[in-house]
Amino acid sequence: MTSGIERTFRKLKKENRKAFIPYIMAGDPFLERTRDIVLMFEECGADIVELGVPFTDPIADGPTIQRASERALKAGVTLKKVIAFVKELRRSTQIPIVLMTYYNPVFKYGEENFIKDAKDAGVDGVIVPDLPLDEGEYFIKQSRKADLSTIFLLAPTSTGDRIKKVVKASKGFIYYVTITGVTGAALLLDSSTETLLSEIRKYTDKPIAVGFGVSTPEEASAVAKVSDGVIVGSAIVRRFHESPDELRNYLISLREAINGLV
Amino acid sequence: MWYNNRHKKSRHRGRRGGGIIKKLPDRKGYFGSYGGRFVPETLMPALMELEEAFLRSKKDREFQKELNYLQKTYIGRPTPLYFAKRFTEHLGGAKVYLKREDLAHTGAHKINNALAQALLAKKMGKKRVIAETGAGQHGVATATGAALVGLECEIYMGTEDMQRQALNVFRMRLLGAKVTEVPVGSKTLKDAINEALRDWTTNVHTTHYVLGTVFGPHPFPVMVRDFQSIMGKETRKQILDVEGRLPDYLVACVGGGSNAIGLFYEFLNEDIKMVGVEAGGRGIETGEHAARFAGGSIGVFQGCKTYLLQDEDGNVLGTHSVSAGLDYAAIGPEHPYLKDKGRIHYTYATDDEALSAFELLSNTEGIIPALESAHALAEVVKLAPKLSQEKIIIVNLSGRGDKDVQHVARIKGIEL
Repeated sequence: MTSGIERTFRKLKKENRKAFIPYIMAGDPFLERTRDIVLMFEECGADIVELGVPFTDPIADGPTIQRASERALKAGVTLKKVIAFVKELRRSTQIPIVLMTYYNPVFKYGEENFIKDAKDAGVDGVIVPDLPLDEGEYFIKQSRKADLSTIFLLAPTSTGDRIKKVVKASKGFIYYVTITGVTGAALLLDSSTETLLSEIRKYTDKPIAVGFGVSTPEEASAVAKVSDGVIVGSAIVRRFHESPDELRNYLISLREAINGLV
Repeated sequence: MWYNNRHKKSRHRGRRGGGIIKKLPDRKGYFGSYGGRFVPETLMPALMELEEAFLRSKKDREFQKELNYLQKTYIGRPTPLYFAKRFTEHLGGAKVYLKREDLAHTGAHKINNALAQALLAKKMGKKRVIAETGAGQHGVATATGAALVGLECEIYMGTEDMQRQALNVFRMRLLGAKVTEVPVGSKTLKDAINEALRDWTTNVHTTHYVLGTVFGPHPFPVMVRDFQSIMGKETRKQILDVEGRLPDYLVACVGGGSNAIGLFYEFLNEDIKMVGVEAGGRGIETGEHAARFAGGSIGVFQGCKTYLLQDEDGNVLGTHSVSAGLDYAAIGPEHPYLKDKGRIHYTYATDDEALSAFELLSNTEGIIPALESAHALAEVVKLAPKLSQEKIIIVNLSGRGDKDVQHVARIKGIEL
């Protein structure tokens, strides 16, 4: 089966374009506001939306998303509410949506129930940063059955054996983390990034999107040149929180940069 | 027939100290259905590298020789097994022995693990170690190990714990460590672990994470158990020397659970009752506690599947204990395995019970226990009078209480 995410990447490839994947924490500071932001993402040319699910102990996230998570938790947002939110959102937009959630909320929800409810609500894919594929065999199998894309991460520390396993377990796209670090850290793009990306390409022709640390249009443009998509998270969350009026222009500048117009 | 054979085999192994229950974790780091390795992909290669280095070190004679030498000459092992005569007489029941980890260098059992991991980090060619700390004991132990072997050291500690344990913060700094405040979340041990995991993810090429308890992703639970099980091995020899027999009960407090596993592991296949004591805080009914078995459920947290205090949506709950070292939402994964098997009985002591045991031991024996260890003593206060005078209880006095004196004074409303 071809998922919405795969269709999106296929279309982009035909047009020789790269994906723009913005991130927002669901429910920061409350869910109605997140709805506006997702629609703004789409208006500004996003191809896929990554929606964060708040968790008390986000070990893969830097301070910006940690704080966003705390605000969303304060607003009472839970995994259950985020799924209901996506269902509601599907009345207004069909843009592919990827949830980024830590594993414990999924475990507590029940893997099978989560996969079913998320799929029914219109979620296209899931990233679970603290669920390595070794622990995710059942989750991957059930997600495949339900046609929910499982997106796994690769990092600069990944070597041949891990790369092989991760690309096999990934569906939709592969999430390459440019740095050893947490979300929102400073981007480090050098020749080693390109080397690793071509190493990954030896094992797969699945799309590779790059994230963690992409902040400026210049960086987005550089990342777009070597990958199939650019994920921008912390920088958007920070702008949204500190100067929301500038968000739209910022998103447009990222989109243009990824299109090669900068 | 095959069953009988297996049964015999396990009993035979049991005598030698390696029966079925002791063979875990499995290759994936599981104790039954608990444990595993739930970390971001960036850390997976580091955990595999660590597992290899740890397994190599077990066969590395030079490493073992150096570790043995430092255990004797630097930590001061073996630590004494002390018959607490006046404490026993006061309780009027079973004989109470204390395994005196409070007399180990730096004042707690934490050094057994921290020093061994610092040596291992050096062996792995790492330049820097990091650690989390709650009560400050593991932070002090890691800073000490780092100073001894010559590694850069950074300790993460929650804001609230830094206030409760100001003395240990200063000790760590004296030892040359950088102490970094963690002002997010509940500002206690769990947040310090989050921050240490983030640091490790960032600096994984140069840094080793000295996790302080039998918790986290594989191989930490088995590795820390291995480094701490020296307590049980010594205890076996010591009690046989003085009593000519093994004890009837072993009692230890359980935060992450390393002092308990470290004492119990040696005896898992013996006919000895074992009691793990969690922090009951202000009482289970108040919700302000850290009793994972009394108030928690199975979850996945900070690298492993285990018992966890969480809400129905899988978010981790805040905890409370008078003792910073037990103030933690999860428990090492081998503990729920041993609980399910019926091998260890878990209970809890409240803040008040621990405080009163803290004073009782100080008064009757001239030994000020750590507030963590005072939880184990509180259980002994309940248990010993119910047993006859022929029975023997060994309790792990996992740390000394100097660090807690100020905190206890504050609770009692005394200005120092």
